[in-house]
Amino acid sequence: MAGTGKAHLRNSPDVLLSVNELVVEFPVARTGLKVNAVSGISFDVIKGETLGIVGESGCGKSTTGRAIMQLPAPTSGSIDFNGQELTTLSKDDMRDARTKIQMIFQDPISSLNPRRKVRDIVLEPLLVWKRGTQEERDILVNKILEDVGIDPQRAAESYPHQFSGGQCQRISIARSLVLDPQMIICDEPVSALDVSVQAQVINLLEDLKAKYGLTLIFIAHDLAVVKSISDRVLVMYLGKMCELASSDDLYARPSHPYTNILVDSIPEPDPEVIYAPTAVMGEPPSPINPPAGCRFNPRCPNVQDRCRVEEPEMREIAPAHFVACHNPLTY
Amino acid sequence: MNDSDPRTTTPLLEVSDLKTYFRTERGTVKAVDGVSFSLQRGQSLGIVGESGSGKTVLSRSIMGLLGRTNLFREGSIKFNGQELMGLSVKEMRSIWGQEMSMIFQDPMTSLNPVMKIGRQIAEPLMLHLGMNKSEARLTAEKLLTDVRIPEPQRRLNQYPHELSGGMRQRVMIAIALACGPTLLFADEPTTALDVTVQAEILQLINEQRVDRNMSLILVTHNIGVVAGNTDVIAVMYGGKIVEKAPTKTLFSSYKMPYTEALMRSIPKLRQASHTRLATIPGRPPDMVNPPLGCNFAPRCAYARPKCLVEEPELTVTENPEHVYACFYPVGSPEYHERKLELSQRSDLLSTGGQN
Repeated sequence: MAGTGKAHLRNSPDVLLSVNELVVEFPVARTGLKVNAVSGISFDVIKGETLGIVGESGCGKSTTGRAIMQLPAPTSGSIDFNGQELTTLSKDDMRDARTKIQMIFQDPISSLNPRRKVRDIVLEPLLVWKRGTQEERDILVNKILEDVGIDPQRAAESYPHQFSGGQCQRISIARSLVLDPQMIICDEPVSALDVSVQAQVINLLEDLKAKYGLTLIFIAHDLAVVKSISDRVLVMYLGKMCELASSDDLYARPSHPYTNILVDSIPEPDPEVIYAPTAVMGEPPSPINPPAGCRFNPRCPNVQDRCRVEEPEMREIAPAHFVACHNPLTY
Repeated sequence: MNDSDPRTTTPLLEVSDLKTYFRTERGTVKAVDGVSFSLQRGQSLGIVGESGSGKTVLSRSIMGLLGRTNLFREGSIKFNGQELMGLSVKEMRSIWGQEMSMIFQDPMTSLNPVMKIGRQIAEPLMLHLGMNKSEARLTAEKLLTDVRIPEPQRRLNQYPHELSGGMRQRVMIAIALACGPTLLFADEPTTALDVTVQAEILQLINEQRVDRNMSLILVTHNIGVVAGNTDVIAVMYGGKIVEKAPTKTLFSSYKMPYTEALMRSIPKLRQASHTRLATIPGRPPDMVNPPLGCNFAPRCAYARPKCLVEEPELTVTENPEHVYACFYPVGSPEYHERKLELSQRSDLLSTGGQN
């Protein structure tokens, strides 16, 4: 795995977002080296779909999400959103485009301004964009706050610190909804929440997705959470793609050795499931000097000589199941 | 692990009615409010709970790691027959490290950033076991090998920032094991780590526990982490243990509606995607003003008027090791009655939706 290629891209008129050979590199100060955060990722998202992106820390999943928003602009590659190429937009046009794509972040409390009342935080995008009359804005903000399960009256009087983590995440979601976006990029939205609250937020996202006709990109490291919410899942490793398949298919028949290890490593809340994860060799290598060939080769249990020199490309191993590996597990 | 060897019949740790309160501006926070349990030598106990359930305070209170100011602590902590409650810091020092030690959640902030790894491991060896520098260094190297850190000799001369998160947690484990403790606390030891690394660290902790015949208290919010790694699980809610049972029993026949709700709210890999997750409405109680009756009653689907005024005591099931605190436990006639009502109501709602 850990390869390139575009065999998995779909040619459908319903594609909302299409990312092509996305590369994001960050220079390392004073050394002339660079961090290869994302190295040639391609994927597409169809209207109304939820794409999950999973991988370990440093695999480039968050960087990919932010690169779509041009935060910062990618080093190369193209990002087509609804027929508009985002990478070449002017600053003003990009500002415009950001109203259509919104983001929700991991830490709900620090992503809200502590000095502003919650209702004002949710209202602000409407004021910035001068949308509607005051009355229309009030009606909309109240409706959205109710939709996410926050009492508008309390929101008008209280500051973020007066709400719990789960409630703050609901407020972040409300803020992302007021401009009527087409797509929301959720970057680890439930990682900081307790399990009981996590379930509430996941259910809320599912409901809002149906109600507002949203398309979601859901980035997380928790595979069970990603499985629960996603239609398709993309597995990333060290800036490359490993595997892409429908959520149920990917977990039932992981084909990339890395996906298999990831799925295996999850401690299942069931003592009858014997917990004997496949050993992974070592830890991910540095993205400053990634391995040649398949980037997973130094840790891969199925490694062959070819993997050390030739980078695998994404190929369809079963209908709608793509894997970038020379030696995939039997399907 | 629960063999009936006579030496193991006196528990290693016996906690009775432990209370740990903090005085704050808002009032007294009853973080741990009357917890009792015992732990045999070599046994592993998982303490599971949400944030604010008191699980971390409980483990620190047992170890005596809480500050003195604005703290109220009461009850009894018997370790190897010795009462720890009331011991001074100086007296506790002979217990820390050699008898009890702890692995903390965040390996970056728990290690000293300006001290080499070797010295951080050697320090307790010299302090507690009176080793000299060269002995301590050799032992440190051996410990690093035990926790499977490659090239231990080179690592001894490195600083924490030169190691990855998983390696740092291994160093933390090496330090905790250094003086051969009989009881190891691991407070969310894998929460900051990636899942593949988490798997390795959990295996390592378990291996070391078996090899050294240590007892383990594993504190976590992730019920999956304790499922495969502990003999007994205690579920905490609102500063109290609300259910405790051998791991398999807990999963197969939990009694407390909170345990049920907690298990059902976790997304599981065997569920199809988009399976609706069960949720627990509301949020954990405010421990300054805990509810009058059962702490969970305000969020419990099966609560009845009695639950709101009267506090349930821990009750023993037919299995003497399985205790729970609930008036209308899972499986009781009242539980089934309410469950039927709830399912009828949701049927009504869903048919209403279709029309």
